[in-house]
Amino acid sequence: MSTSAPPPPLPPKPQAKGLNCPKCGAAISLRSFGQAVTVVCGGCHSILDAKDPNLAILQQFEAITSVAKPLIPLGTRGKLRGTDYEVTGFQRRSIQVDGINYYWHEYVLFNPYKGIRYLSEYNGHWNDISICKTLPTADFSGATYLGENYKHFQSAEANSDFVLGEFPWQVRVGEKAAVTDYVHPPRVLSSEKLDKEVTWSIGEYMYGREIWDSFKLPGDPPEPMGVYENQPSSVTLNVTGMWAAFAAFAIFLLVLMAVFDMRAKKEPVFEETYQYNRADAKGEASFVTDVFELRGGTATVEVKTSSPVDNHWIYLNYALINQDSGQAWDFGREVSYYHGYDSDGSWSEGKRTDSVVIPSVSAGHYYLRIEPEVDPALPTTPYSVSVIRDVPVFGIYGIAFVALLVPVVIISFRAYTFERSRWSESDHPPMELSSMSTNSGDDE
Amino acid sequence: MSQPVANCPNCGAKIVFRWSSSVQTVCDYCKSILVRTDVDLKKVGQVADLPPDSSPIQINTEGKYANKAFVVVGRILYEYDQGGWNEWHVMMNDGTSAWLSDAQSEYALSLSSKAPNLPAATQVQVDQQFIWNNQRYTVSVITPAHYRGVEGELPFQYWDKTNVTFVDLRTESRKFATLDYSDPEPALYLGEFVEFDDLKLKNLRSFEGW
Repeated sequence: MSTSAPPPPLPPKPQAKGLNCPKCGAAISLRSFGQAVTVVCGGCHSILDAKDPNLAILQQFEAITSVAKPLIPLGTRGKLRGTDYEVTGFQRRSIQVDGINYYWHEYVLFNPYKGIRYLSEYNGHWNDISICKTLPTADFSGATYLGENYKHFQSAEANSDFVLGEFPWQVRVGEKAAVTDYVHPPRVLSSEKLDKEVTWSIGEYMYGREIWDSFKLPGDPPEPMGVYENQPSSVTLNVTGMWAAFAAFAIFLLVLMAVFDMRAKKEPVFEETYQYNRADAKGEASFVTDVFELRGGTATVEVKTSSPVDNHWIYLNYALINQDSGQAWDFGREVSYYHGYDSDGSWSEGKRTDSVVIPSVSAGHYYLRIEPEVDPALPTTPYSVSVIRDVPVFGIYGIAFVALLVPVVIISFRAYTFERSRWSESDHPPMELSSMSTNSGDDE
Repeated sequence: MSQPVANCPNCGAKIVFRWSSSVQTVCDYCKSILVRTDVDLKKVGQVADLPPDSSPIQINTEGKYANKAFVVVGRILYEYDQGGWNEWHVMMNDGTSAWLSDAQSEYALSLSSKAPNLPAATQVQVDQQFIWNNQRYTVSVITPAHYRGVEGELPFQYWDKTNVTFVDLRTESRKFATLDYSDPEPALYLGEFVEFDDLKLKNLRSFEGW
């Protein structure tokens, strides 16, 4: 290596350039080094050619600064997705829908190594935006980008109404671009067509709080209003998975029921048919059955009652009594069946059979004490009583099923209303809303 | 790899070629554009002062692409109505050359490629499609640019240019193509967009305050 020759001169280290507005003399600092194509004087709103050493005036616009004040002041630095960015430009843009102007704000962010990135803000909803490096495919209904499908949300003409700071393109107030948004929450894919050139960008929803934390801004971010086009809904994301989980659980319940049904012995231990005769039943009508044995450990006992009643009722007072210990379970069961015909057609009520399950009955010798009460209109009727040991109980499964179904339905409904308010702002409003707006149009 | 050494015919400074296949270089000291002949270096022009530039890349910046290390050995600087961009000539560690373009911090790597029947500049329109190497490319923008200067080593002679047309073609993947109409014969470059972080660049420029 030669030691005599001095090293070749290095190009100067780029630094933010301090200049003065040729129109009003206000200080202008070029923060994005050579990347600024246009810079706007904050004092007199002259749009200047940042590439020209004399900052030639390209356009002058009238503006009341207070109308559009950047929420993040120009020159503020913050860390976004691990990279430091400085806010170098700001513009307010608007679209007109049915004669109403809707405004949003865009911030140009700069990092000398990573380049340019954008933030947008509409009614407290933020998006982190970068230019697409690959080409999406799009048609009227949607677009595909990096293998993901986006739904068409809105097409409109966006107007730049107010600009401040530096822009890496030839910005002009009054310039109109055809903007189309496609959504796949939390992302939004946008195409902007200006003259012949189409620029695609991809945005991801951000909460005001994240922006405030990134840029260490004082106070609180503006409250978001309504549901934004690509705002993620924690509910929406989970609905499909939640129904899948619900279905899996329902299947699990069914399997559990089948297993318990198979394992239950369902052993008939007693069955008898009695004849009730009012004439015979004087005074105390109760009687006791033969003794039957309940085997196994502690298990359920089902008592079935049936009677061929026809527009009558019978009521049986039961006691299941343990012969050895005297422990008793008292219960009453009614069997009634009514039917008829009225202006609505035929009707029926009740059943000729009844079943009741007594839980946790220990093994032993038992008998039933039965005291029948019968519809006074019925002089005589047969009735059968049977006892089955160890039957499966399914009621708890039904409760579990409903207990799970209720939140799933509520969350699905909330997701549905969230999506409705999202799409009500789009070119494709939900059905009822579009007919409502048509009606209101007729009224005018 | 040979590193031929010669002296600048203009100022006598030592000229070192980092890449043996370089055809042209620029003297670091006197900014003479030097072209290699069979025997020595010939001065063919002079680089005017390059405009202040904010690319983080510079000659000698090192990086990695497709598991190969590379070093930046030269560049061509262009301007168009929305700003400027650099085509950095990089030397891969397998001896091949490639181009790392830096357009407002959007980075892409491309290689000179051959394809038959390349269209003339006047025949190309936006949205037109071409298929090269079984990949469909769509014309996204046609940029009239002007040559602004060169630096370092280049694989061909490139110095007396004025206005040149570039046609950018994109795909649904990260792949892209450029048709370069600097010469009467169109040149095709095929490449892909790359992330700054993935290039693992070292020896970058520093920026005041960053």
